[in-house]
Order: sequence, then C-alpha cells, then structure tokens
Amino acid sequence: MLKDQDRIFKNLYNDLGSDINSSQKRGDWVNTKELTNKGRDWIINEIKDSQLRGRGGAGFPTGLKWSFAPKEVGSRPHYLVINADESEPGTCKDRDLLRFEPHKLIEGCLIASFAVQAHACYIYIRGEYFIEGQKLQAAIDEAYDKNLIGKNAAGTGWDLDIYIHYGAGAYICGEETALLESIEGKKGQPRLKPPFPALIGLYGCPTIINNVETIAVVPTILRKGSKWFSSLGREKNTGTKIFCISGNVNNPCNVEEEMNIPLKELIEIHAGGVIGGWDNLQAVIPGGSSMPLIPKEKCETLTMDFDSLMAEKSGLGTAGVVVINKDQDIIKCMARIARFYKHESCGQCTPCREGTGWMWRMLERMSKGEATKDEVDMLGDVTNQIAGHTICAFGEGSSWPVQGLLRHFKKEIKERNKFDPIVKENKNIPYLIDQHLLDKNA
Amino acid sequence: MSLKKPAKDQPEKFEFSSSSLKEAKTIIAKYPEGKQQSAVMALLYIAQRQNDNWIPLAAMKYIAKFLDMPYIKVYEVATFYSMYHISPVGKYFIQVCTTTPCMIRGANKLVEACKEKISENESELSKDKTCSWMEVECLGACVNAPMMQINDNYYEDLDKEKTLKILESLLKGETPKPGSYRGRINNEPENNRKTLLDLKNA
Repeated sequence: MLKDQDRIFKNLYNDLGSDINSSQKRGDWVNTKELTNKGRDWIINEIKDSQLRGRGGAGFPTGLKWSFAPKEVGSRPHYLVINADESEPGTCKDRDLLRFEPHKLIEGCLIASFAVQAHACYIYIRGEYFIEGQKLQAAIDEAYDKNLIGKNAAGTGWDLDIYIHYGAGAYICGEETALLESIEGKKGQPRLKPPFPALIGLYGCPTIINNVETIAVVPTILRKGSKWFSSLGREKNTGTKIFCISGNVNNPCNVEEEMNIPLKELIEIHAGGVIGGWDNLQAVIPGGSSMPLIPKEKCETLTMDFDSLMAEKSGLGTAGVVVINKDQDIIKCMARIARFYKHESCGQCTPCREGTGWMWRMLERMSKGEATKDEVDMLGDVTNQIAGHTICAFGEGSSWPVQGLLRHFKKEIKERNKFDPIVKENKNIPYLIDQHLLDKNA
Repeated sequence: MSLKKPAKDQPEKFEFSSSSLKEAKTIIAKYPEGKQQSAVMALLYIAQRQNDNWIPLAAMKYIAKFLDMPYIKVYEVATFYSMYHISPVGKYFIQVCTTTPCMIRGANKLVEACKEKISENESELSKDKTCSWMEVECLGACVNAPMMQINDNYYEDLDKEKTLKILESLLKGETPKPGSYRGRINNEPENNRKTLLDLKNA
C-alpha cells in the first residue's frame, strides 16, 4: 500500500477543509514563484522525466503534449483548457478534486499556463457538477483576492485569468475537440484531427487540453521532483492515481494508490471485498465503461496500469473500476452500457449514430434470450464496423465494451440465445423497426 | 443526443430580469471580444433558471439577439445538450442515474419510488405540477451509487425507503438535505478506511 507521505491528494476525503489557508498548510502555493523562476524548459523537462501520463483516459504523456505548444507566441494567443467534463460511467475522481483540492488544480493551472504561455485558462465542468463548480469558483475568488492568479500571479510575473465554463450534460464534450466546440458555443461535435488543438484549437488558437487530475498533480511533482514521482509505479506507468471502485463491493470508495497496484489488493483491502466474497466475482471493468471487461480468472493477478491492462486487451482509461459479481446479469449490464452510448452519440458519423443503437437493441434482445444464433457473430461484426470508422474515439469507446463481452462471455450469450432463425415461428421481434424512436426513453 | 420537443404552450415574450442581465454580462466578459457566442450555454441556463426550469422559444430568440447569432444556432445548442428543458419539468427536476454502476446497486428501486410518488411515466409532471422525474445517464457519483440529482443537489447512497422519504419531503415543499444518506463522509470507504488515518483522527 502507498505510504501516506507519498499521497498527493491529502484532502481526498475532506478531513482538512478545502479553503486557501488549509491548502497552504498542506503545501499548496508555497514556492510557486521559485518553480516558475526555473523556466519553461525546466518545467516541461521535469514533467517529461516524471513520465506523467494524462489521467483523462488516453494516457498521453503530458510533458510531450506541452512541448507541442508553439515556442513563440505569434499573433494568436495560447489557451489552456482543463477538461472537468467527467462523465465516464464508473469515474468520479475529478468531482472530489474540484470539491476538496481546488487549490492544487488552480496552482497547476498557473504552472501549466506558464509552461505553455497561456494567459487565459478555461475549466470546462460538466453541468451536473454545479455545486462543485461553485466550490471551485469560490477557490478561484480566494486566489484572486490573495493575488495568486490575475496580474503578476503569485509573484511569478505571469498574468493568468481562470474562467469556469459549464457544460450541459453531453458525454461527448469530454472529447477534447468537442469540448472546444462547446466552449465556442456550438453543439459538442468533435472536429477532425489534424489539425491538432496544440496548433489550432480554441478560437483557432494554440490550445493545450488536460484532465483535472493531470494538472492537479503537476505542482507536487515539481516540488518533490520527477525522480520521486517516477520511483512510484513502474517504467512508463509512474506515479499515483485515484482509483474509483464502484459496483458490487462492500465499501465503494475513491482511493489514491500507486500505479501498477494489483487489482485484487484494490478490491480486497480498500473496497472491503466483493459482495459475497471473492469467489462471487464475475467480471471487472477496469477503467470506466469504455474499457473491455476482464473476467474473474484474470483478475487474480492483474495489475492496474496503462500497459499491463493494454496487454490484457483492456485499458486503464480513467481508472474507474466497476466490480460486477455473479448476482448480476452480465449481458444486461453491458446492454445498459450500450444504451448509454446510444444516448450519448453526438450523431455526426453514421457508423456510430446508427451502430450504437443497433448494438443496444441486439444486446437487449440477447439479454432476454430473443436473439438468433447467428446474431452473436453479427454483433461482433457491427462493433468492427464502428471502431475506427468515426471522427473521434467514441466509436472505439462504444464498441470495446461489447467486444469485451463477446470475447469473454460468448458462451453465456450462445447458451441463452438458442432461437434458430430458420424456424418460421412468429416471434414478433421487430428487427427492422428503429426501436429507439418508439422508445420514450430515447 | 436527446429527442426533445418544444412545449405547445409558449409564452409570447421573454426578457432577462435585471439580475439575470447582470449575470449574463459578467459571463460574456469571460470570453474574448467578438466571441460572445461562447456564452450561449450559460445564458440558456440563466434563462432556464429564470423561467421555472424550462426554456421557451422566445428565450432562445431573445438570447440569439442578445449574442448577435442566428436563432437556429441557439436552438441547436438547446436541443443538443440534455440539461436544457424545452418544455416544463416542474420546479423540482429529479434525475435518477440508471447507468450500469448505479444499476447493479439497485437504481431500479429508485425508479420505482419515483413512479409511486411522482408520476407513472418519466418526463411527466406530478399531480400538483411541481416536479417530474427522469432516468438519466451517469451523473458521475458512481462510488455513491445509487444516487439521484434534484435540481443542483446530489442525493447519494440511497435505497427505496430513503428515496420515498426524500420525495415526500420534497412534495411537502421542503428541501431535503443533500449528500450521503448512509451517514458516510464524502467518498471514503465506510468503516474501512486504511489511508490518511492521521488526518482523520487529527
């Protein structure tokens, strides 16, 4: 287990209060000026050396991303955008950071803005987190009062303004270019890449977009040194990570742990074990709903980091661990996730707009045992038609969980769906009707 | 994407109240000059708050003029995002999260409670027209599942009984206390905390 002194987010459970005075006692804002005085290149190199990877899901190296920002500010200003549009089912870490560690985020914004030469920073918070947004706004106001941001922020000689922009309930706005569209006051539909936001982003200006957790760990990394951070976890998967353990466990919780922690330790020690005991475990979704599930046999030895989960054909994603025990119907669980993606598809690319609904309807039928035998393979085919054929990664995100289900639970689906299509029996299954239009929930 | 239809009864006129106007102006000032369109989401939200939790078409036209952008662009935004209501939802809008992490912890019981107390179908006003409920996608409080949101507040760690109680007090016109309904502190593992204990006991 990670030692308490190595934890970055000491106020994860709000034992200490989130106001500026208690944050300063925890070490925030102590020597921000000294850090920025060491220069842009030093900051970016420290982050590169720490091997910090983005905490928002894709795991892109943060230092590298920052180095993509143009070295000289041209006619167009630079922007820093913080992605707090946390909507991935199973994930609720950013909410706690906004509520309880706002000053870590704000200080991180200042350092990151300095590093990428941005004078304005937008924090995009999902609309549902209104209360959390207000708490962050209060912290921002505190920081303005103490001159920690604004003109000559914290004595660094850098001017920075931080603004909050609320979303309004669209999962797709967590995709970086959709998020930019949303800030510009349009529908949140992702843009084609390239050009990448680092060169042409918000209002057509160079923009660096980072997750809340990524930015909030930056000040601590610079203070304690990249060596300390990279000593945690393992090569290329360094540091600590907030894991959200939800689902069928005795004590669902958020906990900050070292990368590469065994999944079993996470569930058994921190979350109080699976309901009904470890043997009652059916499957685990390791990184938020977009990541393929992992069956129990593999959970015994699984370690939680980007590369080891990739080797299991899954991914760390946002580290939202959803535990599913044997009391649940796994097909139904995945059908519900498919419904989530059907609801959240932005409707821009045809494979995703149509395919997500198709997957949902097929899975709903499969959970009831109304599907035909050959539909199981057809479902796999549909997922392959979506993944890789869309503008953004939503196509992959929506089809991976279904592919995971087919990979590990094909036997269960086939056992339940024995209905033979050749038998001419009137089952009244409306295959060809767009059910989502009939469905009032749609 | 959500399928939404504007309400049949539309008010003729809409205008920001003086406090809304002030709020709107501070929001527009957040964005660079000439990029006032960025404020459309926030302004729609202000309009929704001012107009009993829903946005009439007149408000969209008003905002379009206010921000100097085409009306259809405002309409697009208002219909694209799920948090804008373009027909009345009542003073209290209850959103029950039923996505998988909540579902496997019994979110369907919360739905049952809503059906009993508020209305048989979702997006349907209660008898006294004060509230309505809806099944929604992940609200981002998965470790506190099952949970629901009433207007801005999160109600966490619920079961059917607790939900019924919350809804009852809501129907009486009270505002129930938000937060965990199992007495746990934020997102900590209940009675099983292994980390940062010095701080907890300090």
